[in-house]
Amino acid sequence: MEVILQNLTKKFPGRGRKNPDEVTAVNDFNFEIPDGSLIGLLGPSGCGKSTTLHLISGLLKPTSGKIFFGEDDVTGLPPENRGIGLVFQNYALYPHLTVKQNILFPLENLKGKDKLSKQEMLEKAQEAARLVQIDGLMERKPGELSGGQQQRVAIARALVKMPRVLLLDEPLSNLDARLRLQTREEIRRIQQETGITTIFVTHDQEEAMSISDQIVVMKDGIVQQTGKPQEVYDDPLNLFVAKFLGNPQINVFHGEIKGNRLYIGEDAVLDIQGTEREVYVGIRPEGFVPKADGPLSCGLRGVEVMGRDISVVTFNKASLAPAVRSIISTENMADIGSTTARFAVLPHKVYLFDKETEERIYYKTEAVGQ
Amino acid sequence: MKKKLRDSSLKGWLYLLPAILFLGFFMVYPLIDVFVYSFEEGYNFASQTYFGTGIYNYFYILHDPYFLQAVKNTFILVIITVPLSTGIALLISVGLNSITALRNFLQTIYFLPYVTNTLAVGLVFMILFKKTAYSDGLANLLINWFGGSSVDFIEGPYWAKMFVLCFYTIWIVMPFKILILTSALSSINQDYYNAARVDGTSKFRIFMRITLPMISPMIFYLVITGFIGAFKAYSDAVALFGTDLNAAEMNTIVGYVYDMLYGDSGGYPSYASAAAIILFVIVLTITCINLLISKKKVHY
Amino acid sequence: MKSNMDYIKIEKNTKARKKALRTATYILLAFWAVVVLFPFYWMVLTSLKSYGAYNSEYIPKFFTLSPTLQNYVDAFTAVPLGKYFVNTIIFTAVTTALMLIVIVLAAFAFARLEFKGKNIAFLIFLSLMMIPNELVIITNFVTITNLDMRNTFPGLILPTVTSVFYIYLLKEHFEQIPDSLYYAAKVDGTSDWKYLWKVMIPMSRPTIITVTILKVIECWNSYIWPRLITDDEDYYLVSNGIQEIRENGFGRENIPAMMAAVVVISVPLVILFLIFRKKIMAGVSRGGTKG
Repeated sequence: MEVILQNLTKKFPGRGRKNPDEVTAVNDFNFEIPDGSLIGLLGPSGCGKSTTLHLISGLLKPTSGKIFFGEDDVTGLPPENRGIGLVFQNYALYPHLTVKQNILFPLENLKGKDKLSKQEMLEKAQEAARLVQIDGLMERKPGELSGGQQQRVAIARALVKMPRVLLLDEPLSNLDARLRLQTREEIRRIQQETGITTIFVTHDQEEAMSISDQIVVMKDGIVQQTGKPQEVYDDPLNLFVAKFLGNPQINVFHGEIKGNRLYIGEDAVLDIQGTEREVYVGIRPEGFVPKADGPLSCGLRGVEVMGRDISVVTFNKASLAPAVRSIISTENMADIGSTTARFAVLPHKVYLFDKETEERIYYKTEAVGQ
Repeated sequence: MKKKLRDSSLKGWLYLLPAILFLGFFMVYPLIDVFVYSFEEGYNFASQTYFGTGIYNYFYILHDPYFLQAVKNTFILVIITVPLSTGIALLISVGLNSITALRNFLQTIYFLPYVTNTLAVGLVFMILFKKTAYSDGLANLLINWFGGSSVDFIEGPYWAKMFVLCFYTIWIVMPFKILILTSALSSINQDYYNAARVDGTSKFRIFMRITLPMISPMIFYLVITGFIGAFKAYSDAVALFGTDLNAAEMNTIVGYVYDMLYGDSGGYPSYASAAAIILFVIVLTITCINLLISKKKVHY
Repeated sequence: MKSNMDYIKIEKNTKARKKALRTATYILLAFWAVVVLFPFYWMVLTSLKSYGAYNSEYIPKFFTLSPTLQNYVDAFTAVPLGKYFVNTIIFTAVTTALMLIVIVLAAFAFARLEFKGKNIAFLIFLSLMMIPNELVIITNFVTITNLDMRNTFPGLILPTVTSVFYIYLLKEHFEQIPDSLYYAAKVDGTSDWKYLWKVMIPMSRPTIITVTILKVIECWNSYIWPRLITDDEDYYLVSNGIQEIRENGFGRENIPAMMAAVVVISVPLVILFLIFRKKIMAGVSRGGTKG
């Protein structure tokens, strides 16, 4: 099912004397979600991503704007008539019901011509349980399950009536690190097996990047950028997106364009074609190449060996953060000095941003002296 | 080291001493004594002598029509008020939980009977229901409006008096129940309701399958405390019908105990003790039955 | 796929159903609010009607156009309501103060001090919570009578002082105060006694206030024990006083004056409640039952 959001806006009234101001949680959201895709809504807490999800589910009514499922305008419909499945952050499994009863619960609500026989219901529940691989736990109560198993039950319950759209609110945030990795692949597999359009919300960029067909990066209720994960990573539209995606974070420096050169501090790191001005320079950690005669010089603070790669921690007066982190492969390690490190930078890993608006500036850049 | 421990032990008991004195003198000793009294036959209050020991006191009160009347009244009161007050409180709490406007305001109002003096407000109920030569009273005005004829609820037929007693009892116990149930309801995670809504669960089904099971421990708690409280009913009856409850046919078991102890028919601590112990046994039995049922029925 | 018309219909139905349910809810809630408030309204209203006006109303009127305060004057002059009031204040204040001392000391011992037999002592205390008042009141009555303390304040107060439940409540609160504070105080050479007064009590103020208010309510409304132990009007509390007024009151059935007395008795607690609304409700929901 294709999901279309048109000028979607949600404002919350001010609450009491302490916070009298209206809060705009989602501001003019436009997006078309292709049928059968997996979409990650990504942003820091309070950015409006959960509100968006609740608007799509129908638990919240938008202040203005429209929501379409395919041809149908569902903006005013209550959640039960939208045909959605929703998985809550804390799973919201009914603690007094068994796993089976939990999964059966949505089916037992069906009325009229949709009503199923007991046998059909059981079959469907069994099928959903098999899909998420919990068919051995049907008689247990949620309290007796691990976090990961509860998550699967919650997904099974959301899937059992074959929703048109599946919504997941922070599906992995209550799991420990190892389970998180495993479960996110599980979500991807289930989504691909069922082909249901799926939207999930997360504050963890890695989670969103790893499994989504497309990601939507939000901040303060405003969509910053949408696109395929790799595209957004490689081509961020503004400083916020650049900073939000990628781990370790992008390194940001005060920079200046002077005489067709891009300077970080005293060092001219790239040739550039653009007007002379001050800019922010963002360099991805993998954009540094250690080189004895490299143009960028940084004080060396330490080297963290992570097995496959090493992370070189340095400092630079022009850097916004106290540490500059670069990821280099082990072969290049020899090129690092003892007190200072010199780097060349890869032009396509360097982004320039306006100092006022923090919007991306597109100037043609090349390595120095080529 | 040893000395130090003994010192600190002494200190601990010293801090406990006032509590131990008070409790020992006014709780532990009386508790033992009440059993002793209940088996002392023909105890004479003035000379503090008795004829012998045995179960005559129990035998006597079990054949005392006043006691039997009191037991009957108490049981009727319990059977009517406990389920009714719990049910109404549940209904009101669910309603209260579903609104946002006026919620705090209503909650405050509903709690008012808790802080009122049972005896004093009982008088108001009495004049509302009493039929006198000058006036039929407000309750009868209402009955007349609906085409009924006036009844004296305070000195009239038994069922009318029982009705007022039940009504006043419910009015008095409601604040506690509403308070407990609203806080139980509001502590249910909103996500359960959202999840059920997304699945298109009807309001009724949400209530039966989610809300009720989730607050069932609290409901049972209220039923148990409700039983215990209703079995000890006394002040409310006095407030409505005056201190001579036997004459009004409205005595309760606790009332019987006090009447035996003091007042016009008083001076029989042995009978009072036996009645109090019978009451205690009844309450204990009912509480145990309640606990057994709740073990089976309460979900988690 | 369903047509848009269907969706509009579903939307409308849901809205209508919601509205109906909401209206029904408010009607129910308003009804109960009336049931609760009406007796209060009636007692204030009746207390403002003059004796003559009240008795001439065969059909009671829901308002009065000529309110009078005469009934309040009568309540304080014709019957010793003022005396009952003072008695109740003395009784409430002394009982509550004594209780606070006893329970603070006991709760401190259980929560903070280490001594031999503490656990057993606490278990015995806990089991005492289940003893109903009706069982012990008989012997207490005999004891107080034999000690010749009927119609005295000590006789009224002493058996009412302790409350195992409040000891338990306060002990729970004391235990939440981190041990590190105690050890820090010990290192500085603070005595247990000083630590209790300077650290624990100030830090537990909310619970102590709650317990105090609950005890005040209990004392103000207590009826059974005072009734057993006093038959001299000079020692009546308000509950017994109002019963006395009802039975032998103003020499005639003066209901407006009686209602004035009821208002006077009820007002202090209602005011207390309105001031400490949140504290009282929180305290009661933690385990207070009326009875």
